[in-house]
Amino acid sequence: MPAVQETIDQVKTIDVDQYKYGFETDIESEKAPQGLNEDVIRFISEKKGEPEWLLEWRLDAFERWKAMEEPDWARVNYPKIDFQSLYYYSAPKGLGEGPKSLDEIDPEILKTYEKLGIPLQEQEILAGIAPENRVAVDAVFDSVSVVTTFKEELAKEGVIFCPISEAVHSHPELVKKYLGSVVPLSDNYYSALNSAVFSDGSFVYIPKGVRCPMELSTYFRINEQNTGQFERTLIIADEGAYVSYLEGCTAPMRDENQLHAAVVELVTHDDAEIKYSTVQNWYPGDAEGKGGIYNFVTKRGDCRGKNSKISWTQVETGSAITWKYPSCILRGDNSVGEFYSIAISNGMQQIDSGTKMVHLGKNTSSRIISKGISAGKSSNTYRGLVSAHKKASNARNFTQCDSLLIGDKCGAHTVPYIESKNATAQFEHEATTSKISDDQLFYCLQRGIGEEEAIALIVNGFAKEVLQQLPMEFAVEAQKLVGISLEGSVG
Amino acid sequence: MLEIKNLHAEIEGKPILRGLSLKMNPGEIHAIMGPNGSGKSTLSYILSGKEDYDITEGEVLFNGENLLEMEADERAAAGVFLAFQYPIEIPGVTNMNFLKTAVNAQRNARDEGDMPIPEFMKLVKEKAKHLNVSDEMLKRSLNVGFSGGEKKRNEILQMAMLEPQLAILDETDSGLDIDALKVVAEGVNALRDASRSFLVITHYQRLLDYIVPDHVHVLSKGQIVKSGDKSLALELEANGYAEFVDEEVA
Repeated sequence: MPAVQETIDQVKTIDVDQYKYGFETDIESEKAPQGLNEDVIRFISEKKGEPEWLLEWRLDAFERWKAMEEPDWARVNYPKIDFQSLYYYSAPKGLGEGPKSLDEIDPEILKTYEKLGIPLQEQEILAGIAPENRVAVDAVFDSVSVVTTFKEELAKEGVIFCPISEAVHSHPELVKKYLGSVVPLSDNYYSALNSAVFSDGSFVYIPKGVRCPMELSTYFRINEQNTGQFERTLIIADEGAYVSYLEGCTAPMRDENQLHAAVVELVTHDDAEIKYSTVQNWYPGDAEGKGGIYNFVTKRGDCRGKNSKISWTQVETGSAITWKYPSCILRGDNSVGEFYSIAISNGMQQIDSGTKMVHLGKNTSSRIISKGISAGKSSNTYRGLVSAHKKASNARNFTQCDSLLIGDKCGAHTVPYIESKNATAQFEHEATTSKISDDQLFYCLQRGIGEEEAIALIVNGFAKEVLQQLPMEFAVEAQKLVGISLEGSVG
Repeated sequence: MLEIKNLHAEIEGKPILRGLSLKMNPGEIHAIMGPNGSGKSTLSYILSGKEDYDITEGEVLFNGENLLEMEADERAAAGVFLAFQYPIEIPGVTNMNFLKTAVNAQRNARDEGDMPIPEFMKLVKEKAKHLNVSDEMLKRSLNVGFSGGEKKRNEILQMAMLEPQLAILDETDSGLDIDALKVVAEGVNALRDASRSFLVITHYQRLLDYIVPDHVHVLSKGQIVKSGDKSLALELEANGYAEFVDEEVA
């Protein structure tokens, strides 16, 4: 509850159209040559000193990508992307070979994270925080991971948390076994592109029976101009393991659009659970729709083992275009998939997002709670698939999609797809669309609550079921973000 | 404290108030009675700052200031409170959170800063107890699933927490049984003091048995057509509004 006041304070401190994280870090970078071809892929692979099998894997993905067509079925509009005009690799000079200790990192980069409020100094973090409240961070800057905190402490429990480029060397058997096992090479246009050129991202492995002792998080920052970010995240929870993971994202304000095409793969074995939370706040572009990130991401979790669980929670406030469907393959019997989402669009932002719950095993269940909030001239589409395979007896799904409109120039759409091949499956779908009514606003105003504060209050109330799913400290952050994203949305 | 001078107002070109004048002193209770459609609720909305109305003539002074030039939230912070006839539901926002946000918003508008949480909690519990508002009701979403009586008691709780200078009660008695009515009236009476004034809008005189007014006004066709003391309300109860409605027809 105090967060509501903080939301307001935050809103008051910044002007309309001001994106708080829009600053740029001035550092020298090392880039791959502009454009995309085999040589660029070889360049990236060589920079990372990758084994031959991975280079082959990338080249295979590239071949498949070349044969694919860019999909156009989403309710989003953007000019055709010229893939040859982008840079596919950019690393702060001297960091090309992966993370070093903190004192070797360019102070400019450290300052960047300080400004963003991301703690990288373990000593400082340790000082005032109880162990259970600690958060280990992997900080990814453009194409490389600059630092990962608490690695040693985690290693004591057998938890592996490191940049994926490092895991390729330190745990090749795990990477080889799981990479591409949830999202195959040619799954879709952007995942194929990612497979060819992915640069960095986080790798997490939680061994059998281990409950990860702290929250893990990755913080993605795009800095360099005309550079795509193609990170790859792979999280494996072995039998009976548990982990809660959070990703955050920001980028400088730039006039041109930047492409972010990530792939996230999650695997849970028997009785394991992964809770994956996202607070996405990429630069959304200005009020006229100039600039901003194209966030075209493939996220999928595979509940491979019985009684396993994968839960996606996302708060999406940034990006010019958000196009993603964090999904669950409910393969193991009794496995559970969850998707909790708040997607806020303002200005000229476009969102086409949702989830897929694919029920394959017996007694599998899934729950989808989606809250779309549209303001300004934005467009906000929920698109979701719930399907039951013929062996998925007693599959259960509950879906609730609520849309809230602020003003009369925005749009909300709900596109549910339901496919059931098993007569015992039970799927429920509820959807509502509402507007913040003048009566609600007047009621708040009459009690002395100002207009922007009132909207933040009403919207936070609307999105409460989802905010409650976030880890505590991020819930506060997310509440603030909700207020900021909707600033200037009325009047 | 409140002075309404020759107020004319219309909505979508349709005149509702046609030259309403009223003067209230600190500590007074004025009752406004009138038939349906006489402009009672319009008056309460105009005073509290709802934007749907066009003021075509007249002015309203609140402690000497031009009330009609202030935004709704500014009026609230200045001490104008409206107990709604139909309190609004806000899903997901707890009653307690709403109260705290409102109290602090008004305090901050007066540069007093947030009320410390322990002080706030103590105050809420104390006021809620007097109004039969349970802890459970404080934790529920604002007005969502509240019964008619709960909603009205909750309005009075908000009033008690915000301590306005001018409280407007818009048909607070509607939909209440006699027991609920007594609780609400006791809540209002507990807030009476020499500086706080009440404008009680009602269709029936029943409420005025419990909240005894200093002045009673009859509103008809957007004007105050008769003023008197408490006995006027009883007269209306006995004879109905026919006298005034007939006048209109004639």
